[in-house]
Amino acid sequence: MLDTPIVHFDNVVKKFGSFTAVEKADFQIARGEFLAIMGSSGCGKTTTLRMLAGLEDPTEGNILLDGKKINGKPTWERDTPMVWQSLALFPFLTVQENVEFSLKMRKVPKGERRERARKWLDRLGILEFADRNISQLSGGQRQRVALARSLVTEPKILLLDEPLSALDAHLKVRMQSVLSGLQKDLGITFVYVTHSMSEAFSMADRVVIMSRGKIEQIGTPEEIYREPRNRFVAGFLGSSNVFDGRLKSSGNEVWQIETEHSSFNLKAPSEVQKTDGSPVAFAVSSENMSLATIGTPWAGNSIEATVVGGEFAGASATVFLETDQGQELKVQKGHDELKTVDIRAGQKLLVHWLPEHCHVLPGE
Amino acid sequence: MTGNRNPLINGLLKLHITLCLIFIFTPIAGSFVFSLNSDRFPSLPLGSFSTEWYRLIWEDPLVWAGFFNTLLVGACVAAIATLLGFGGAYTDFRYKFFGKPVYLALALLPPTIPVVIMGLAMLAFLSRVSLSGNVISVIIAHGVMCSPFAMAIIRLRLSQMDPDLEAAAWNLGGNEWVTMRHVIIPFTKPAIYAALFITMAVSFDEFAVAWFVSGLNETLPVKVLGFLQGQVSPRINAIGSLAFVSSISFIVIAQILMRNPESKPS
Repeated sequence: MLDTPIVHFDNVVKKFGSFTAVEKADFQIARGEFLAIMGSSGCGKTTTLRMLAGLEDPTEGNILLDGKKINGKPTWERDTPMVWQSLALFPFLTVQENVEFSLKMRKVPKGERRERARKWLDRLGILEFADRNISQLSGGQRQRVALARSLVTEPKILLLDEPLSALDAHLKVRMQSVLSGLQKDLGITFVYVTHSMSEAFSMADRVVIMSRGKIEQIGTPEEIYREPRNRFVAGFLGSSNVFDGRLKSSGNEVWQIETEHSSFNLKAPSEVQKTDGSPVAFAVSSENMSLATIGTPWAGNSIEATVVGGEFAGASATVFLETDQGQELKVQKGHDELKTVDIRAGQKLLVHWLPEHCHVLPGE
Repeated sequence: MTGNRNPLINGLLKLHITLCLIFIFTPIAGSFVFSLNSDRFPSLPLGSFSTEWYRLIWEDPLVWAGFFNTLLVGACVAAIATLLGFGGAYTDFRYKFFGKPVYLALALLPPTIPVVIMGLAMLAFLSRVSLSGNVISVIIAHGVMCSPFAMAIIRLRLSQMDPDLEAAAWNLGGNEWVTMRHVIIPFTKPAIYAALFITMAVSFDEFAVAWFVSGLNETLPVKVLGFLQGQVSPRINAIGSLAFVSSISFIVIAQILMRNPESKPS
């Protein structure tokens, strides 16, 4: 029993009229895992979470919780508490009463209810506010009330829908460590929906990246970061320089790719098999590209491009360029490294990078 | 209180408000003053102070009967209209369906219908189903007229509710009925009380429709007309003053309840 995944999305489809919000979601969530579902707004991540919570019904496919099919089971009969983006605390109840709510719904006797609620308030460090009204609390304190309210029934799984999006940067980081600490201590499964890469990658064991209802990639943060599967994921992570071409020669060490610009060398990927002549797409992270004046001798891959503009705010500068073939390139560098080149709109520069910084996109 | 920064405009605005209030309240105040005047006819200079007219209405069983009818009707109407209004407002809050704007327009329509037409229509309908000339007929007619007020008040309150609140309660284990009891009703409680008092006040003062449908079970406003048709008696001033004090109390209570919706209902 312990080997069965806590959640199994079995080819789940959700349609709203003719609009497909979630397209064939098929994945499992392991017991005790911290899973983040990430994507921009409207990608279907919240719909996926709401289907798990029982607030939406899948159009096709099955959702299994703990090995049992839960389609059509109303949310009040599942034990899948959710922490809402708006927190959705009850304004007419005190902190204590808010936390007691789900126990009251389960007809737990008054004394025990009080006891258990106070235990969780204490655990989250807000016991002193037990008798306050919600309106008297700060953002961070409300966040803790929302957590306590969802955890008080000691569920096997906790769903979180962008719970930190309303907090300021400092508080966000602090709550992140509260959340991951809590998840480790409790050993329960967290399913965390967010649009923020930093939240997903810093807390989650595995990340699901969604776009337009489709799951683009599932993997550990490291896997995804190192080996984006396709151009969407690569772009989403900021390594937005993707080149399309054909495999000209595939050696053991080096692949040669013919593109519309010129031919590039890249380190032969171990996990991707392709025959000569087949189409290949590869990505180069914007941090791994460098700029130089035209004519500088360079052994690796290089391409000429015209500067379109730049952003020089913050610790690093981002330069946007365009090749003669109209492909857009993004180069991100420290200010020091850019001192030697003349970055003005219209200026032609040499963009160069090493073969080992090319990553073949297996999903393209 | 903050006024306009320009002292001239500020002064004029205040003058405007004062004039409006004088315009509205002078007749009422006049009626109140004459109700305590010993003279038979309302004329200046005033005669001596007297509670004679109040004593007369106090001893008049017809006035009492009218008063009790009004009270009974008001209480029933408040309960019925608030229940209907709550249902209408909650439907609007919770569901999306085809023709919703039409539904809302129809539900909020009754107060815009001229009361004479409304009264006639009510009389025609109620007599056909043999419910006219009865206290119940007044209750039905006033229920129809008052529920839009209740709906508007409760709808306003529901619109201030976080739309996730109800789903959050379901998610925490409350089914739809339990959630209604533990979340929706507590949240709208101030508005529900306000709606009870406002609809009661509206029913209390309503004359035209009641006149059409009440038959022999007259409410107080209908009774007053009866007095006026017979003879001009300062008793009317006394009744008017009392009716005014009761309605305004309902309104004031409703306003107090609506003013502080975030306060914790017991």
